[in-house]
Parts: sequence; structure tokens; C-alpha cells
Amino acid sequence: MNIHEYQGHELFRKFGVAVPASVAVTTPAEAEKAAASLEGERFVVKAQIHAGGRGKGTFANGFQGGVHLVSSPAEAGEMAARMLGETLVTHQTGPEGKQVNTILVGEAVDIDREFYFAVLMDRDGECPVIVASPEGGMDIEAVAEETPEKIFREFIDPTAGELSTEQAAKLAADLGFSESETAGAIELFQKVFKLWYDCDCSMVEINPLVVTRDGGVMALDAKFGFDGNALFRHPDIAALRDESEEDPREVEASRYDLNYIGLDGNIACMVNGAGLAMSTMDIIKHYGGDPANFLDVGGGADETQVENAFRILVSDPNVEAILVNIFGGIMKCDVIAQGILNAAKNLSLEVPLVVRLEGTNVAEGKELLENSGLAIITASDLGDAAQKAVAAAKDAA
Amino acid sequence: MSVLVNKDTRLLVQGLTGSSGTFHSRQCQEYGTNLVAGVVPKKGGQTWEEGVSPVPVFDTVAEAREQTGANATAIYVPARFAGAGIIEAIEAGMELIIAITEGIPVKDMMAVKAAMKGKPVTLIGPNCPGIITPGECKIGIMPGYIHRPGKIGIISRSGTLTYEAVWQTTAAGLGQSTCIGIGGDPIHGMTHQEAAQLFTEDDDTDAFILIGEIGGTEEEEAAAWIKENCDKPVAAFVAGTTAPPGRTMGHAGAIVSGGKGTAAAKIEAFREAGIAVAETPAEMGATLIKQLS
Repeated sequence: MNIHEYQGHELFRKFGVAVPASVAVTTPAEAEKAAASLEGERFVVKAQIHAGGRGKGTFANGFQGGVHLVSSPAEAGEMAARMLGETLVTHQTGPEGKQVNTILVGEAVDIDREFYFAVLMDRDGECPVIVASPEGGMDIEAVAEETPEKIFREFIDPTAGELSTEQAAKLAADLGFSESETAGAIELFQKVFKLWYDCDCSMVEINPLVVTRDGGVMALDAKFGFDGNALFRHPDIAALRDESEEDPREVEASRYDLNYIGLDGNIACMVNGAGLAMSTMDIIKHYGGDPANFLDVGGGADETQVENAFRILVSDPNVEAILVNIFGGIMKCDVIAQGILNAAKNLSLEVPLVVRLEGTNVAEGKELLENSGLAIITASDLGDAAQKAVAAAKDAA
Repeated sequence: MSVLVNKDTRLLVQGLTGSSGTFHSRQCQEYGTNLVAGVVPKKGGQTWEEGVSPVPVFDTVAEAREQTGANATAIYVPARFAGAGIIEAIEAGMELIIAITEGIPVKDMMAVKAAMKGKPVTLIGPNCPGIITPGECKIGIMPGYIHRPGKIGIISRSGTLTYEAVWQTTAAGLGQSTCIGIGGDPIHGMTHQEAAQLFTEDDDTDAFILIGEIGGTEEEEAAAWIKENCDKPVAAFVAGTTAPPGRTMGHAGAIVSGGKGTAAAKIEAFREAGIAVAETPAEMGATLIKQLS
């Protein structure tokens, strides 16, 4: 789950992490008012979308740049007017871009130096790790590649719940903070870690973390990742979700507890089990086809979920064939078959449907499909099913 | 003799009376697993009668273990409490814990792993289908009937993809010694390498299949270990060659991030170690059979 920059600022403020003063607004008038409320004479006006590269992006209406520096509240209002409601295209949004519905107006910060600071989960060490570098404002992967000695890591005791002052001080020293800056750095590092730990984050990546000209240490821009398994205990964070930024097929699927990821191909898949679902995508590709999605209906899916899953699959205009691959253990093949038949009838299914069933009650399931009078292509094994689906999609195209 | 579980296993089930616990425990009893106790806080003293034979329910794992001599526990407790349930089992001295539950927060699993340090405990999972020694003991949610006793070991992060491998080997006339589902979470118990070691040392396993997927580096570690230490025929399959980077593909641990954890890297590591890699999931059984001849 992604969150907007302005929501990140609010989260940082909640944990006492220093960030620039800023106000999120949704109209040009509010933008002007917000700038007037801030101290100083220069302000940044930033489009809020779930994608990076905003500064270099272009709006569909021709306006350049999703991040602007202005020197009056009136100008802030003008910039906001040119961005709000418009579509911003960056190298991370894809050509269709994202609509800008919120603007963040913030105090312009006089930056002295930039750093990179991230808290992540180290899978091998099974503990939190802080990754930091004095090379801020850059692509950290490039830094890791070219100057790995400029990347510092601190592994944290997984049950401590906090970053010790000792470890924080070591990081500050490694990163080259001056004596007068160290206290501010230690405080920020510890508070960011606490946020990461208390909110069950998978990642908090601050790039850049800055030292300002008057020696202050603050987080300028950050990306957050949250452990999806822990959102149940963070309803306030779960509420930050902006569904308008997500693939509508995925939003719809999540309403029915279906695990769905949209891709670009033309062969839709419905499978029970994540490993089998990934493998089904793989085998379609192997035979020259292109999967339209990943969809795991899970072990407990019933007729209704199967029908809802179908509805989402066929709502994708790119889909030219559907492959259903179910290995029924707990799931019974005849229940799946009935769900498929209901869906095909109720949705007036027009694309070819290839079904491969195996497992509990497979004979009953196959019989239901064969006697249905619907043009369903049955397959016996996974290879056969994939080849039939690829052929069906080719014919339809 | 197989590994970890057999006809002498005495199973207790944490979360026995929940719908998942009840459904799967009945199936396991039907398969022949010796279910000796259930643990459900506040239901101690009751008797569970929804299976093949009645089972006493206790408030705590410690009590259940003391009273019944249970030597393995299966956990069907809901995700929000499951981490604590695993820790309770560790502290009660259980030596084999099979955590079926999906959705346990990562922070809770970090605490579980910390609690395991220095203790003689084996954790399988979480987010796993369980473990089965065909004909002797089934602990988990796998369909028993697709398995048959034999000499092929199976190690997998997946559920239904494992059943495919089982089905393919059973259909070819081979059978399985033990199938271990290590689960799909990033922080978890037994690794591919540890399971590979068990099968390498097991006289009743002649060969084994490793099923991996994107995310992490455990497949690579297992490959390196097998190269140095294992002479038995091994086949493998890695799911997720076509998964887009940065997305979690169903399993919490199935993600390619920062260029790491790709299927390609794992397949390369397996091949480098002399392990035959199936080109498609339909060929896992066939790939192993070729190694046997």
C-alpha cells in the first residue's frame, strides 16, 4: 500500500520526525492561503501522486513539471491551478499518467547537504536494518554499484523496538555529521526507527534526508511501505489508502478478498494458490502467450467468489481468452465447475474459456462442464491447458 | 523412515475448535494421524468430538503436552494471535511446530525467530500447507489421497503447486517419503537447505524435488549446500519467471525487490549445482524421473 507525500509528512509529524512545514490542499485558493500561512518567502508546490519523477514530469495539458518553487502565495495559487485536476506523466507513471487531486504547499528549505536513510527488513538476518549514505538525492542502487563504501548498514536487534543511542551515534559519525548536527541526527534516526517499528512498516526510505543551512536535520522526501499482514492493527494507516491511485481491477478484486495483479497480456488466469498461479503465468509465457493477470482465488473460494473473479477478468478489454487452472484439495472441482458455469451464463461470456481441473471430485466437475452446452475447452494437464489457451487467444486476435 | 513425522507422531492442534482447525483436523484423523490433544484458551476441559474420535481440549500447550505426551503441534490460530501461539509452543518445550496460518505480521515472526534461538525446536511455516509422510501421518491441509508411500522427498514454498508435483510423481508410479511445505512467508522456519539436508541424510529418501519461487535467496543457499554435500538425484522448479518486479505475488515472501530474488538467479544457481530444473510446472515429475535413470 502506497501513501502520498503529504500523508507521509503527517505520519512523520505524529512521531516527532522533523519535516518541512507543509499543508495539503485541493483548490488553488487553498494553495494561496496555505503559502500565506507558512513562514518565509519561498514555497514549493508539489503535485501529489503515487509515483516518483514528478519534478521532471509533464502534464497532459502541456504544463511542465510537477514540482515548482515559487516566491509568493499568489504564485502558489497559480501553480496549483495549473496542476489540479490535470494528468501528470512521469517516467514512473506509464504513458497514461496519474490525475493530480491534491497539492502539497511547503516551505522551501535551504539545503546544505543531502543524505540517504532507510529502515528496511533484512530477510537474511531476520531483523531490521538501517541503510544510510552521505550520497543523498541520488539513485541508491547506483551508489551501491559505483561507490559501495559510501553505504553504511546497522543491523538492529529485532525485539528491541528501538534504535539505541549508541548505534544512532555511530551512524551519524559514519555519515559525517558535524558535532553540532549530531544531536539532531540521532534524534531523527531514532524517531524514524520508532515509526518504522510501531507502524509495522516494511520500509521507510528518506531520500533526501537533509541538513539545512542553519544546521537543522530533517526528512525532505520519503517513501513508505507497510506490512500488509499488519494493517489489521493499524486502521489509521489502512485509512490512508488512495484507491484512485490503484489499478481499478485490483481495487475491485480486493473487495472480494481476491488476490489479483493486473498485467498487460491477453490471456486471463484464474488459479487456486499463489505458487500455482505464478507457474500458470510462466507456462503461458513458455508456450508463447501473454498473461493478462495474476489471480489466486485461494483455498476457500466459493461459487460467488469464482463468479466475482470472472467478472473482474472479463472487465479487462485486453482479455482474449481465459484459462482456469484449479487443483482442488479442499476446493472441490464440481463447486468450481458450477461457479464457472454460473459466471459464463450470467456474464454472457464471449471469449474462449479453457478449463483444467484436477483433484477432489474432478470427474463430477468435468462432467458438469461437458454437459453444460457451453463452448468450454477442457484440458487434462497443465501443459495441454496452456497450449490450448495460447492457441485460443491467437485465433481470437 | 522418512523425516520429521511418522506413525509415532502424537499431534496437538492449537486452534482445534475454530472452523479451519476442526475441518483439517478431522481430515488428518481420517488419514490416520494420531491426534491426541487440542489447545484452545478458555476451552480447557472440553472434548472435541467433530472428528473420527474424541480429543481432549486444554487451555495451554504446556498442560496438553504434559497430559498427553504430544510431540508435535499444528497451529491454525488466526493471524493476529498466531505469533504468540508459536511462542507459547516454543516456551512449552514443543520440538516440532507446524504453523499453517497465513497473514502473520513480519514483526511477530521476527519475535518468533528470536524466541527460537538456542532451543531444540523445528518450525515449519508459517503460511504453509504442512507436512505429510504418506501412509503414516498427515499434518496440514494437503489432500491425502494424491499421495502414496515411496522414496521421493518434496520441499516446497507453495501449496497447490506442491500437489502438482505430488500428483505427477504418484501418477508415474513413484511415491513420496515426506512432503514438507516450508511456506510462503519471508521470515519463517525450516529453509530449503535444512529440508534438503534432512532428505540427504534420510535412508528412505532416494531423490527429492525442490520447488521454489521468487523472493529471498534460500534457493541459492540450498543449491550451494547440495552441490557440496548431496549425491542423490535432485530436480527443481522455480515459479515466478514472469512475475513483475516490486509486486508481492500472493505469498508475502514472493517479491523481486531491488533486483534480488529473481527466478532466473535461482534457476541459474540450481543448474550450477547440477540440479535439473523443470522448464514448466507440468514437467516436475518427468524431470526427476529422468534424473533417476
